[in-house]
Amino acid sequence: MVFSNLSEKLQETFRRLRGKGKLGEKDVDEALRQVKLALLEADVNFRVVRGFINRVKERAIGQEVLNSLTPGQMVIKIVHQELAKVMGEKAENLKISDRAPSIYLLAGLQGAGKTTTVGKLGAFLKKQGRRPLLTAADVYRPAAAKQLQVLGEQIDLPVYCGEGKDPVAIAAQAVERARQTQRDIVLIDTAGRLHINEELMDELLEIKKAVNPVEILLVVDAMTGQDAVTVAQSFNEKLGLTGLILTKLDSDTRGGAALSIREVTGCPIKFIGTGEKMDGIEVFHPQRLASRILGMGDVLTLIEKVEATVEAEQAKNLMKKIQKDQFTLEDFMVQMRQVQKMGPLEQVFSMIPGMKSKQLQGLALDEKSLKHIEAIIQSMTIEERRTPQIINASRRKRIARGSGRPIQEVNRLLNQFEQSKKMMKQLGNIGKGGFPKLPFM
Amino acid sequence: MTDGFVSRLKASLTKTRQRFLAPLEEAMLFHKKISPEFYEELEEILIASDVGYKTTSLLLDKLKEKVKTEKTDQINEIKGYLREIMTALLSVLSPPDLDTDLPLALLVVGVNGVGKTTSIAKLAEYYKGKDKSCLLVAGDTFRAAAIDQLRVWGQRLGIDLIHHQEGADPGAVAFDGISAANARKVDVAIFDTAGRLHTKVNLMTELEKVHRVVSQNLGERRLLNLLVLDATTGQNALSQARAFHEAVGIDGIILTKLDGTAKGGIVLAIAAELGLPIVWLGIGEQSEDLRRFDPDEFVKALFA
Repeated sequence: MVFSNLSEKLQETFRRLRGKGKLGEKDVDEALRQVKLALLEADVNFRVVRGFINRVKERAIGQEVLNSLTPGQMVIKIVHQELAKVMGEKAENLKISDRAPSIYLLAGLQGAGKTTTVGKLGAFLKKQGRRPLLTAADVYRPAAAKQLQVLGEQIDLPVYCGEGKDPVAIAAQAVERARQTQRDIVLIDTAGRLHINEELMDELLEIKKAVNPVEILLVVDAMTGQDAVTVAQSFNEKLGLTGLILTKLDSDTRGGAALSIREVTGCPIKFIGTGEKMDGIEVFHPQRLASRILGMGDVLTLIEKVEATVEAEQAKNLMKKIQKDQFTLEDFMVQMRQVQKMGPLEQVFSMIPGMKSKQLQGLALDEKSLKHIEAIIQSMTIEERRTPQIINASRRKRIARGSGRPIQEVNRLLNQFEQSKKMMKQLGNIGKGGFPKLPFM
Repeated sequence: MTDGFVSRLKASLTKTRQRFLAPLEEAMLFHKKISPEFYEELEEILIASDVGYKTTSLLLDKLKEKVKTEKTDQINEIKGYLREIMTALLSVLSPPDLDTDLPLALLVVGVNGVGKTTSIAKLAEYYKGKDKSCLLVAGDTFRAAAIDQLRVWGQRLGIDLIHHQEGADPGAVAFDGISAANARKVDVAIFDTAGRLHTKVNLMTELEKVHRVVSQNLGERRLLNLLVLDATTGQNALSQARAFHEAVGIDGIILTKLDGTAKGGIVLAIAAELGLPIVWLGIGEQSEDLRRFDPDEFVKALFA
């Protein structure tokens, strides 16, 4: 649920804005104070916040807002535009060098998730038809090379570990190996290091000089606090970063570090990492993330995910049913299986506009409870599945016995079904091409 | 705010060991008298140290109250007051007994990448240095090579490791670990766990199970649940602490990676908002760099 808390706060502020006709300077100030607090609590660096607020204020208190017919919309637009500007204009792909192999060097603090990210990036590039070689140049952390080897096996990619304890030599040998074995990408995992450790920072510079990477990517934990700026700046000054990868975005972090780092280094965020599985990596879309911050939901990402997972024909049928209110428990089960394929439910639902994290809490479903739900639904008669309204107390008891689940769970499922029916309707509206009416617009 | 202030801050951000004190002193020098503008700047300084908005407000309220009762407008007094308030805030929390009343079981938990395994190695070395017998239990059966990482540490320190295969049930490992610790009568059994985001329901349930297995088989042993937090983490550390506390009950916090430029202001937020005691500070990669947390010392360092 990326940024959900921040979205809620901003939505709250903008709801207050809506209540009034035209905005005075005082209103804008009050609104922006809320924005400022929300951003600070989201761990956005305070200097970045100040600059951001000033820019928005400058634009907002000018003619634009005060003379605009819908002041609330105008402020949202300005905040959104400025956020999007900070986050970068568009998604940026990895650079490919003219002569193979393209070399990517990954660096970062300890525990940012470099090794996992190297694996994920390898899997991602492999899916695109590339032939990556993973390189374990972390000679310090015990078993770091072993970790990469295990990951390499999982995703079926070769891993070069080299001999000896010299990361610079290992990196250079890996490039040589890639040439010999027709690998067109070399991903270099480096040891985690502190940005103030001169010796280790010099070592990174040595690696850079030795292999001349086309991308130097800083891996940053999305939960990082105010210090994110200092860290990113130090790495950037030493190495000249070309991009950032933000990890652990599947936590409930408000992720303000993304904003700060982007603003301070000017480097594009290229990927975001979620989860520990090897497919948990996505190309970063700045515009979408800016939308998500504003609580407009990440409609684009959601639609893409739905398209990729649900067969088009099936989806059409489903939409029809939803619109005609003929959505049944049978469809619900099919739907749940499909949604599961899209990824964690909270993640999917958090992309729907107007969804708040509080509403989502009841929806945290894991694999096991999915099995239980199946058991419950399968213990219903066909008639019950199609018209759940007829399920009275004695039917509930029978279903509970039949599925071996407590009766509360049957109740919960029926409630969830009603809830998701409502949600599907919201989705259906998006599908029809219209943007759902946002509460504050 | 003047341009001078901004550029000064920029410059100080590039300093390697920028602490809380330098900007505070500069603000005092700049404002000369206690004023709303000074408070505003102090607010930013605190927030920049990851103290968080809520706790910053709390600290400022207390400070303003103090200034009022002392009837002073002398800006030089601020440092002393602030130190007093922060020390008081941190001192009310009583840390658990980690040294006497053995045998102990330590369950070490936290999100991914905070330094659990390294902290465990340091803890083991600490107890070994005090001539206590130790046992390590490799409860991270999920991350690739996590068991190997702990095995390397065990070999370096000459401490036995209880482990299963990768992918094994962590509850079963925990059971074997606690059984072995009791059978061998070791003083301190340290349980590693897989890093898990506090938002993952399944993984938190798994942790609750591990905790249950250990706590139900303790015998004479005391169990302490230690949460490892990364000092570079921002306000999310609160969210982490809350979730882990709810799941297993946290007895103490190990704050790692204080050797960077992060100022660890989150310590204050955790004390103020959650009331959980910090017990260890990790300030480097050497084993002696794990230090017992002392409120006086910590605040002193903040002001030094």
